[in-house]
Amino acid sequence: MPLPIGDVIGILSDNLRLRGSVLPIPPKKATRWARGLGLPRGGATVLYTGQMYQLIPYIELAVRAMERVESTPLAALAPLGRRVNRLLNLTPLALRPLARTRAPYDRVLGDIAHLLRQAGVGFGYLYDDDLYSGALAYDLGLDEVVARHAHRVVEAFRRNGVSKIITVDPHTTTMLRTVYPTLVDGFDLRVRSYLEVLAERLPPADAPLGQRLALHDSCVLARAEGVVEQPRALLAQAGVTVCEPAATGRLTWCCGGPVEALYPARARATAARRVEQLRAVAPAGVTMCPLCLVNLRKAAADELPLRDISQVLREAHTIPTTPTLTTATKKAD
Amino acid sequence: MTTTLDPDLADQIGLPGTFAATACTNCGVCTAVCPAGLDLLPRRLMHLVLLGAADRLRAETETIYSCLLCGLCEEQCPAGVRITDTMRALRHYCNRTTFGL
Ligand code: SF4
Ligand code: SF4
Repeated sequence: MPLPIGDVIGILSDNLRLRGSVLPIPPKKATRWARGLGLPRGGATVLYTGQMYQLIPYIELAVRAMERVESTPLAALAPLGRRVNRLLNLTPLALRPLARTRAPYDRVLGDIAHLLRQAGVGFGYLYDDDLYSGALAYDLGLDEVVARHAHRVVEAFRRNGVSKIITVDPHTTTMLRTVYPTLVDGFDLRVRSYLEVLAERLPPADAPLGQRLALHDSCVLARAEGVVEQPRALLAQAGVTVCEPAATGRLTWCCGGPVEALYPARARATAARRVEQLRAVAPAGVTMCPLCLVNLRKAAADELPLRDISQVLREAHTIPTTPTLTTATKKAD
Repeated sequence: MTTTLDPDLADQIGLPGTFAATACTNCGVCTAVCPAGLDLLPRRLMHLVLLGAADRLRAETETIYSCLLCGLCEEQCPAGVRITDTMRALRHYCNRTTFGL
């Protein structure tokens, strides 16, 4: 039988309501990327991950498990799974990605911290107060649960003295900047994507790359948040020739990722068509969202190498930075 | 399927102010550009809502949840229909009425 999507959505909803994330991963795993970086806790300006990059290896395992169960009699156990999960957090028991699977996603966050330091931006991190934003649950129409969760997230910012937020991924950016002001009265936090911050401040690359890359815009960042020029300017500055696919900028094509959890076959078909568009213009590609990266990579297999934009920029900005830089540098506007 | 029409369906679904389906002119642009190639097109879903065809609408769960919320249709909709808000509102409605969430 097909997976009962009501139970799948129910589990995600229960998790967010009871444990603060659709897939509640151990805080040690969510904050591991910041180890050794010497980021101060909290402060007026913070780098807010919303746990999106950290969640990807767990989402991937969950999707694979659902694909295995789909169309088998085991799918009938989903309602029981939901009842058990209410009492006992099944995520860390059932989903245990290997350290080497998690490492590339942690590295993205480390690269972003490095680039912000190179740009002279001072920022802290919230560690176990760096809560999930509720992005996936919002898309699923779980409005009441998300509204309550948004208040918890904003309370964590206030508790840590935050007034300016630098976001990492498009989904968290749009949640904080566009959705939260409709959910939380008096929301007055300034929210910017790290790409917007870097586009204003990053110094010229010391090791320009001389590569041609097909740029895959994120639907959310380009259309909902209007961030189109900044990644192009940053890539050009890094010595990349940006190759525009047939659908690009505000008219970009989706990677299929948003429906991967419920309809993996549909997600794969959409991703395959997008990979064709990217392959038509360059031998390799660049993305700026963890969902795009993982979904397009699966569709591209070995035919189109794909990197996150942070990795590309990091390769072109090689000068080492030290933790002490954060205390001496400017605050992000 | 016997269809019972519910004249209050749009109100039950609305998120008032965001459910802007009445502005739709049925031009078909959203259908033409949709990368997901939805089986039942966004404008037809909205049509079911405006008709009040609650049971027909609730039978379309897969279409409602397989929209990518990518916004490509919305970007090009000449009537400025907030299609992604509408799709989210339909999910909110199905969560409550079909799945008891
Ligand atoms: S593009 Fe807009 S006006 Fe045209 S059919 Fe779609 S929703 Fe209606
Ligand atoms: S938002 Fe949904 S209906 Fe509109 S183009 Fe994207 S997938 Fe299709």
